[in-house]
Parts: sequence; C-alpha cells; structure tokens
Amino acid sequence: MKALSVFPTLLIALIAAVMVNFAAVPEPSGRSPENAARGPAPTLTRPATPVKDPDGEGFIRRWLILEPIGANGLTQSVVQAAVRREYFPKQFTIIPRDGEKVQIEGSDLTWHAVDTSLHNINLYHFAYALSKPTSNVLFWAVTVIDCSRELKDVRLAIGSNAASVWWVNGKEVIGIYGDRQSVIDDGVSKRLTLKKGPNVVRCAVVNGGGATDFCARFLDKDDAPVKSFTVNLG
Amino acid sequence: MNFRYSAAVVLALVSAAFALDGQIGIHDPSTVMLCDGKYYTFGTGGSSLVSDDGWTWSRGVAPGRRGMAPDVIHIGDRYYMYVAANIGGQPKAAVNMISNRTLDPDSPEYKWEEGGVVASSDGIEDCNAIDPGVFLDPNDGRLWLVYGSYFGYIRLVELNPRTGKRLNPDDQPRDIAINCEASAIIYRDGWYYLLATHGSCCRGTDSGYNIRVGRSRKVTGPFLDNMGIDMIKGGGKLFLGSSGRVVGPGHFGLLDLEDGVQKFSCHYEADLDRGGASVLDIRPLLWKDGWPVAGENVREGTYEIESVRTGTALELAVEGVPVGGRLRMPGMPGGGSGIFGGTGGIIPPQDVTQVSQNWPAGNIDLRLSNYMLQAQQKWTIAPVADAGGYPGSPYFKITIAGTDRALAATDEAELVAVPAFTGAPEQLWRIEQLTDGAYRIMPKAVPNTREALAISAVGSSFATLARFDPGGDRQRWYLNTP
Repeated sequence: MKALSVFPTLLIALIAAVMVNFAAVPEPSGRSPENAARGPAPTLTRPATPVKDPDGEGFIRRWLILEPIGANGLTQSVVQAAVRREYFPKQFTIIPRDGEKVQIEGSDLTWHAVDTSLHNINLYHFAYALSKPTSNVLFWAVTVIDCSRELKDVRLAIGSNAASVWWVNGKEVIGIYGDRQSVIDDGVSKRLTLKKGPNVVRCAVVNGGGATDFCARFLDKDDAPVKSFTVNLG
Repeated sequence: MNFRYSAAVVLALVSAAFALDGQIGIHDPSTVMLCDGKYYTFGTGGSSLVSDDGWTWSRGVAPGRRGMAPDVIHIGDRYYMYVAANIGGQPKAAVNMISNRTLDPDSPEYKWEEGGVVASSDGIEDCNAIDPGVFLDPNDGRLWLVYGSYFGYIRLVELNPRTGKRLNPDDQPRDIAINCEASAIIYRDGWYYLLATHGSCCRGTDSGYNIRVGRSRKVTGPFLDNMGIDMIKGGGKLFLGSSGRVVGPGHFGLLDLEDGVQKFSCHYEADLDRGGASVLDIRPLLWKDGWPVAGENVREGTYEIESVRTGTALELAVEGVPVGGRLRMPGMPGGGSGIFGGTGGIIPPQDVTQVSQNWPAGNIDLRLSNYMLQAQQKWTIAPVADAGGYPGSPYFKITIAGTDRALAATDEAELVAVPAFTGAPEQLWRIEQLTDGAYRIMPKAVPNTREALAISAVGSSFATLARFDPGGDRQRWYLNTP
C-alpha cells in the first residue's frame, strides 16, 4: 500500500472509472430477486483513497465484504457452528483483493471493498445492491488497520444486527448472539494489544431477517475511542 | 467466624443480614476512626473496640479518660477525644477534651494529653452536657461541638481547630434541638444535617432508641425535618429505628470511605442474636432527595446483578435456554395452543442442574445480557467464614445459584467463572452499597496488581475490572431479587 500511496491521483482515477455504487432502497420483504437492477446506495462506495481514517468516534469505515452465504439460526451454538465451518480456503487468514472471488457450494462469491459514510456498514444495502439475499445469511468481512505504534490494553467494541463473531489478528475476541439490533459497543473484547503495523480485524455477521449491519471501533483503557490508526487494505 | 454462620443458622435464614463479627459489645460508640490501618471506636465507661478490617472487632485499650459517650475527630496530626462525665448527678455535667497523636496503644507516640473542659451544665440550666458530637465544617474549617441529653436542649459551641479547645469560652452556647441525645452534625451538598437519637436507652429490648434527622443551610440551624418542624420543637425525620433482629439504634457516627462510599456507625440497644446485648454496627449511608437514608449491608441470597450503565445482567457466556424450554409453534410437532396461549400450567423456575449440562466444564467467560430469568444469570451471594472483611461486612463468594461455579478475577484483570470456589483472594468480593443505593463490587485481590478494581460494564454486553469512578455508572450495580 505504501507503493500505491505514491500514486494516489492515478489510483483515484482508476477506481473512479470502475466505481460501482451500492443499492440503498430497502425491500420490505427482505428478499432480493437475483439479478434485479438496483439503484445506488447512499452510504457505501468503493474506496477512492489509498487509506481511510476512522471517523471522529473511531469507527472503522473501510471493509472487504464477501457476498452473503446462506445460514440459518442465531443462537450461540448454531452461530458458532456456522462460523467454524470451512466455506473457502484460508477463511481465517485471507486478506482478499477487491473483486477476488471464492467458490462456495458451486457458486462464485465476490469480495467487495467498501467505504461507508456512516459509522456502520449497512449489509442490507450491500446485499440488496448486488441482488443478493439479505435474510438467513452470513457475511464475512475483514479489514486491516495500520497502527503507527503498539497500542496496549485496547478493546475491540462492536455492534451488529444480528449475531456476530469477531477475530483480531486471528484470535477470536467477541461473540454476540441472538436476534439483536446493532448498538454501538454492544460487544466488547477483553483487553488486547494492537501491534505496530498491520492488524487484521475479521468478523462473521449472521442475519435472520430484516435489516442487517455492523460497526466496529477500538476503545482505550479509559473507554475513549482509539483514532490513531488508518485502514489500509493494501 | 461466629455462631451466626453455623450451618443451621444459614439454612434457617433465607436472606440474612450480617452484624459485625468478633467482640462488638459496646454502648454509645464514638465515630469510628481509622488510624494507621486500624479502626477504633470508644464507648461509655472506657470501653473501646479495635479492628484490622472493620468487620472483625476485638476489645481495645481504655482511653486516657473514662466517661460517657465519647466522640473523636482527627485534625492535623492529633486525635481529639471529647468525653463527658456527670459531676454529681445529672444534669450537672462537663465535656472534657483529651488528645493524642495516635490511637494505637502500641505506638511510642501514644500518650493522652488533657485539654480541659470545653462545655458544661450547672445542673440547673436546661441542658445536660453529655453526649458530645464534634464536627469540622468542610466549607470553612471551623470546628463545632454539639452536646446534650434530654434535659433541656441540644447545644452547639465553637471549638478552636488548632487546639481542640473552646474557641471563645465566654460565648453563649446555641440551642439547636430538644428532647434527644447523641447528636452529630454532618454536611452534604449545601446542607448541614443534625442527627440525634430520640427515645429511651438502656432498657434492652424495651429501649425505644431511634435516630432522627433535620437539616439546615447554616451550621447553627434551625434544623427542620421533612415536614418543616424545627428540631428545637421536637421535630426529626426518622433515619433509623428498630428492625429485623435489632432494637434501639442510636449514636450515629459518619464513616466516609470516599469515592462515593459513606457508612455510619451506631449501636443497637439490643441484638436479639446476641442475647439482647448492646452492640456496634456499621451500615451503608445512602442519600435520597437530600436526606440521609440508612442502607443495609448485603444480605445472603440469590440475585440478578444488573448493570446501572446498561440495564443488562451479569451472566455466564453460555447459550441460554428459555425458561420452560423453547416455544413450540402451533402446527409444529409438539406444538401447543399458540404462541400467546401459554402451556396451560405453571412454568417452574429453571433447573440449573438440567440446563448446566451443556455448559463447559472449565472456566467460563462472563458477559452482560438481557435478564431473562435464566440459570446462568442468577448469582448466590454468601459470606465466607474466616476470610476477613471490610467496614460492616465480611467478604462474600458469588456463585451461580445451585452450583459451585464462582466469580473470580483473572491475571489480566478480567472476569471469569471458575468451576469451583476455592477461597482464593481473587474469588472473594467486597460488596458495598454506594450513596445512591447501587452497589460497588470489588475483588479482595487481583493477581498481578495492587490496584483496587471494581466490576465494570464496558459497552452493552461485557464486564471487566476497572478502577472505580464514583462519578459514573460503569461500576454501579443493582442487586435485584430474581
């Protein structure tokens, strides 16, 4: 990404040329007919800059999201079983490129890099724009935050609709379950250390029906938002 | 531990309160003082009690002057004791001051020095100069003494905070209350509070002692009760009367532990569990609508532990099972009369032995969740014998009701439920009621740190250990009866 940062103007131009917006109009039923044409989403766009700062409250605003996988059930045991199933190779280690595809049960699913203009990532908008199902689905998402120095005793703090499981640098740190709405800092990890350089934050969000989204930030030892990092998907 | 914790007694009491432990017999105790890590109180007749932790007490050494109902204050490098004696018969009496650099008789600096008479009554005037209460005004540093007992007025005189003696011996004492004794003044949020004991003492279970309070914007009064009645006309809002197994509370003394934790000492004229003896107690001091309220130390029982910050309950991070089992929808195999029709019978409380079969055998993480009456959300709080305590209470263990799974602090200052209670310091809990009625819950010790930490809500669904912040709700918890 450092190499890319040398040519930010060129990169922006290239990205703008292929920019795809995501749909925003919710469908009451929560079902999305395959391949239907959808309008642009107001909150999600393809990244247009090499790196992305967190917002004023520390929320991470750039993610790679995989198109949804079918999943049923929101209880702790069902969600834990769902996220432990291997859907694609290197499921817990991959940092995909935007547009990279994985094959799951005979279907090609694509990773999409997105920026959000809000504190959260609206997965309903994401899937709806792609004419993908929004109910009874599992979304994989991953991001890389770049810390200029080691940050000790911080906590990952997330909200999700609905259940979700989270990993930081490969270690599971949060699981919240049930049919829940997205509330900031709903799930909070134990104290952890973000190392200097890249740190990988990964999640799996399982939705039953209706709206679905997630948000994430880090809190310091005083519960204040951590903002001293950038998101760099490489 | 004393007889109160014999198995039979514990089984007999569903929700027992706990008086202090050890030798706690005393009458007219002074304000409890902390000196070099030990707690001290002094009573009538030269009696004294001492404690390392404020929970277990033993007999202490008589002070330099024996008398009636002493009170003590610590100013600068000296402890000033005010102690009264009748000269002849009541109401002819005098309050003497003595002082010492320490209350520890084993200290080389321990030496009582006489300071002389600071207040008196001549046997004719409308006052009986006993039962002193000393008050240092936090606003201006002025020192005051209230005194008196039934015969006539409770009076107020000013003392010299540099010497502990009367500031101007010729000043006329002010009358501030009547027909009571054991008075004390405290200050909070712009109000001066006069707490005094009404009713009769010294009659065992027939003693009508009760503590009442009035308040004033000035230390000199008038002190009005909640109905606007001046205490000099007999007014006084009830602060504490007889209840439970104790009769006749009197002789209020403030014990301010700071960080939003205030307690008060008193004696009961009769503790039914100690044969009707007069004993010391220390209880939480709460505040509601500008008035002091007597709190109660934690009672043994089973509770939901609810975060004031989030409204969610502390629970094991296990998959909960709905009470009565998962709803069976009509039309499904085994379906009943519909989702709103119920089962047609009584749904019993959740059986922890049944639902815990799927819980991990080892340590289990903690989290916060909506309270749903489920087994992993119900905690039994019980005192631990011979584990020490803190002012007013013993240390407790906190276990999932019906199991031995115990709440513990980890090496990383997080929370965990261990499979079995071992009595380790990180499994012992100090549970104190704060002035707003919520509770602060602190482990006796946290491995790898000497910092005092309390259970703290982080976000909506997680609990950890963090330094107590009296100004916020993170470390405040309600103990709800499930």
